Amino acid sequence: MSEAIVQLRGVSKTYTRGKQSVEVLKALDLEVAKGDFLALMGPSGSGKTTLLNLIGGLDQPSKGEVVVAGERIEKLKSSALAAWRARNVGFVFQFYNLMPMLSAQKNVELPLLLTKLSASERARRAQIALTVVGLAERASHKPNELSGGQAQRVAIARALVADPTLLICDEPTGDLDRKTADEILGLLQTLNREHGKTIVMVTHDPKAAEFATHQVHMDKGALAIEPAH
Amino acid sequence: MKYFPLLWATLWRKKTRTWLTLFSLVAAFLLLGLLQAANSVFNTGGQNLGANLLITQARVSFTSPLPLRLLPQIEAVPGIEAVSFSQFFGGVYKDPKNFFPQFAVQPERWLKTFTECTLPAEQAAAWKNSRTAAIAGKQLAERFGWKVGDRIPLVSQIFPKKDGSRAWEFDLVGIFDNTSADSCPRMGNMYVRYDYFDEARLFGQGGAGIYVLRIADPDRAEAIGRQIDQMFENSPDETKTQTEKEFSLNFVRQIGNLSLILNSILGAVFFTILLLTGNTMSQAVRERIPELAVLKTLGFTNGGVLGLVIAESLLLCVIGGLVGMGLANVVMGVLAHAPVRMPPLKADTHVWMIALSSMFGVGLLVGLPPALKAMRLSIVDGLSGR
Ligand SMILES: Nc1ncnc2c1ncn2[C@@H]1O[C@H](COP(=O)(O)OP(=O)(O)O)[C@@H](O)[C@H]1O
Ligand SMILES: [Mg+2]
Repeated sequence: MSEAIVQLRGVSKTYTRGKQSVEVLKALDLEVAKGDFLALMGPSGSGKTTLLNLIGGLDQPSKGEVVVAGERIEKLKSSALAAWRARNVGFVFQFYNLMPMLSAQKNVELPLLLTKLSASERARRAQIALTVVGLAERASHKPNELSGGQAQRVAIARALVADPTLLICDEPTGDLDRKTADEILGLLQTLNREHGKTIVMVTHDPKAAEFATHQVHMDKGALAIEPAH
Repeated sequence: MKYFPLLWATLWRKKTRTWLTLFSLVAAFLLLGLLQAANSVFNTGGQNLGANLLITQARVSFTSPLPLRLLPQIEAVPGIEAVSFSQFFGGVYKDPKNFFPQFAVQPERWLKTFTECTLPAEQAAAWKNSRTAAIAGKQLAERFGWKVGDRIPLVSQIFPKKDGSRAWEFDLVGIFDNTSADSCPRMGNMYVRYDYFDEARLFGQGGAGIYVLRIADPDRAEAIGRQIDQMFENSPDETKTQTEKEFSLNFVRQIGNLSLILNSILGAVFFTILLLTGNTMSQAVRERIPELAVLKTLGFTNGGVLGLVIAESLLLCVIGGLVGMGLANVVMGVLAHAPVRMPPLKADTHVWMIALSSMFGVGLLVGLPPALKAMRLSIVDGLSGR
């Protein structure tokens, strides 16, 4: 048994809109071990993104404990949480969310602006991250000069560059065709197997989930754990 | 400044909009530079005036002349070294646009009172010798290319002669210089003889105009002024005595409060600029809400994002402001060599202080609301576009 990187205990999340309140996550428990590649599946609206946001420290639970990378993150203040995210988590989104006015290289360097690294060291590390995702020769391109698959690779390089403990991917192939999607999933698999990155990935796609080491199904804010294949 | 490339790229995200905003900032600061420089000239107009000259005028207005018979009483006040009096002549030379001040004075008194003006002894003697003689400041003589011996025709807008004609003629016998500063406003004046003028004019005999008093101790200016004004209190000729500097400032104010007008124009311009730049900035922030949320995701703090937006706004305003002030300096340089008669405009430290504080003021004012919005933005809402 390896150590748990993510531990959720009795986590609930309730959204309140006016007088209505919706319990999106219901007393949920989850563990992700170091080195896991977890696929989180389930119908739309089942609470997958909400769960990812809690794991990544983007949002706070209404109830319960969220321990990630050894820290009770639901107890951190906003600025401490920001610093914690910068150190521990890399995010990959469905629509890449790159800065449109920055080159691939500068996009990847963004998280390093928050470190004490020198400009040349930042550039060097961004170059390495772009090489890892196979896009070194596109470093000077702007996002609108890249294909969807290439843009997602840049986003993965950005998520990797600060060497986080955990990669969080919300439907990373949701906007890509089958072939490109498989390339991206292959890349994530490599990062998991060869670079030892722990990955939590939300996906609708059963084919995508097969790249993972574990799968978890969600329905109406609760988990239904299935054994790995 | 490792964030500069990020700021710079963000600023130019929508090129056309940034250019338009910059142009309007440049225009506003060009205007600010020029108007504040002009303002500065008006406000320092009295700077080169003697601190030990007092002016006694009629309490109602400096345009109504005080009678000559007050002279002995004023002269008797202790602390006064010399007293001169000046009746405004109100003439134009050849063309109404050639306006400059002329005064009828008594040469002996003038020479004793305006000691900072230097008139060669033989010219002073010539002035005392001939009733139609007049003297002019060096700047004035240069302006019209006058030389000693020239006959100067003036048409008075106020005083006809006894024959009903308004056309007067004077002989220029002297040109005076100034020992302290050549920007002394007197250097643009002309002085004719009071005795000749008073005898020849159709009306107003015995009116001396205003009195100019030289005092020994500038620190006693206020006390002496009060003493004189009390002396004539409740008489038909109530007076108002002030330093020459105050007098000339009041004079400017009386023509029309130019500073107020200039500042109102600037106020209107900057109000527009605030709206325009404010709109640009809030639009710029509104359309990149998801990007700001991503920055926070990457570990930028709320305060960091606030700082980025404010820095962007400041950058925009400072660039626009510096370019505008640069252009204002170019325009002032061109004006200085242009064949128009006006005081030289210069953006001095005071003007630069106003300009710089306006740049930062506008930048902060305009950047703060969207910056606060960016700071308060929740990541989850920002990412989902909620
Ligand atoms: N900020 C929010 N405010 C209100 N309701 C929300 C908010 N975020 C998510 N929800 C609701 O929570 C439910 C789960 O959303 P989400 O986690 O995005 O689902 P999934 O990612 O599985 O599609 C949905 O019904 C959604 O409308
Ligand atoms: Mg989702």
